[in-house]
Amino acid sequence: MTRTDRLADRLHESPSQTAGPYVHIGCVPNFCGIKGVYPEDLGARMVNDQTIGQRITITGTIFDGTGTPLKDAMVEIWQADAAGLFNSPSETRGTADRNFTGWGRAAGDYATGEWRFDTVMPGAVPFPDGRMQSPHVTFWIAARGINLGLQTRMYFPDQDNSADPVLSRIEHQSRIPTLIADQVDASTYRFNIRLQGDRETIFFDI
Amino acid sequence: MTSRKPAGGFFMRDTGRHPPALTPQYKSSVTRAPNRALLSMPQTLGEVTGPVFGHDILGKLDNDLILNYSQDGTAAIGPRIIVYGRVLDENGRGVPGALVEVWQANAGGRYRHAKEGYIAPLDPNFGGCGRMITDDAGGYEFRTIQPGPYPWPNRANDWRPAHIHFSIFGHGFAQRLITQMYFDCDPMIWQCPIVDTVPAREGVEALIAKLDMAATIPMDARAYRFDIVLRGRRATLFENRMEGT
Repeated sequence: MTRTDRLADRLHESPSQTAGPYVHIGCVPNFCGIKGVYPEDLGARMVNDQTIGQRITITGTIFDGTGTPLKDAMVEIWQADAAGLFNSPSETRGTADRNFTGWGRAAGDYATGEWRFDTVMPGAVPFPDGRMQSPHVTFWIAARGINLGLQTRMYFPDQDNSADPVLSRIEHQSRIPTLIADQVDASTYRFNIRLQGDRETIFFDI
Repeated sequence: MTSRKPAGGFFMRDTGRHPPALTPQYKSSVTRAPNRALLSMPQTLGEVTGPVFGHDILGKLDNDLILNYSQDGTAAIGPRIIVYGRVLDENGRGVPGALVEVWQANAGGRYRHAKEGYIAPLDPNFGGCGRMITDDAGGYEFRTIQPGPYPWPNRANDWRPAHIHFSIFGHGFAQRLITQMYFDCDPMIWQCPIVDTVPAREGVEALIAKLDMAATIPMDARAYRFDIVLRGRRATLFENRMEGT
């Protein structure tokens, strides 16, 4: 980054358009039956046999304002590894586990809308001011009827979330449970996302 | 691998240039638009970092939709085109290493998808997906057939203009963008309720690819130019310098 970069004429971000009902064709073609173009869908495997950390499964369903599951959504997640490091070129605090991608992409089941990620419990990551955030997973959702991808984050019910810098700055504390997954069993969490209604999930402008 | 350096935060997203969540002319948004305001929060490492996609994931035909689903080497049916351009950030710099994924209907306006019911026929040699990773200058290029317009269930007689869907993954998770590319001089653009969700005409025009005869391959394929702009990053010179250091 040099000083001249600051003098550049700014461009405007391209406007978003909905992913439409057929986002699977472009992003998870094998899932939707278009075989032979790519060997496998990107983001389908986050872990391998060598990955460090506690294996967990995160599953969930996205519901619209009528309570109907979205069956045409794509969900992406991004998270730190078990040590709290991101597998990214801009991670400067250390080197993340090379056997963990940190990034996953899944489509909802055609019949039920349920999606699933097999991953590891993320380590804690600092907030910009140095305080530690509770372990969490960042979500991005695209689907028909969603004009701009929705960003949210998931926390774990079996972690102490009381001092998390993001959760503690939320004015409407009654909405915090919308960001905390349900525990299904020792290694499985369910994170249902509601686009509208009394339990509308908190979405972030980041 | 590039040297590791701290990533600056992204410029605030100008949501006024994007479609609002609730756009009743596009009926699907009515039950899927969050009712409550988005909650603003500082960007943390989880938003400013992102995965990197290596060129090693790419197959030889990934950016050639004319051939990448061909069953026997036969080319997909339709007007042959090349779509190319640059992925830039709001500072005007090319974004290298960005993952660009595209999907589209065939020349008759039919998607290869189990839930698609339009009467136009499938082309057995056209799958409708492609992907590429931008070069050092942010450039990308793919070859395809021009998709057809098609009717869709919204109002009684709505048609989508010919378009190609784009999913772009830059360097940070908060830079993620999905959009659509339209074709220069298509009158259907201005009839479309989904296009109409974009607040300003200037914004719509940013999504229209321009015919570029100079890049056209004579006797083979026309060329369309389409540049995409992702969120820009702030400089990190002072941002990460602690007080007293």
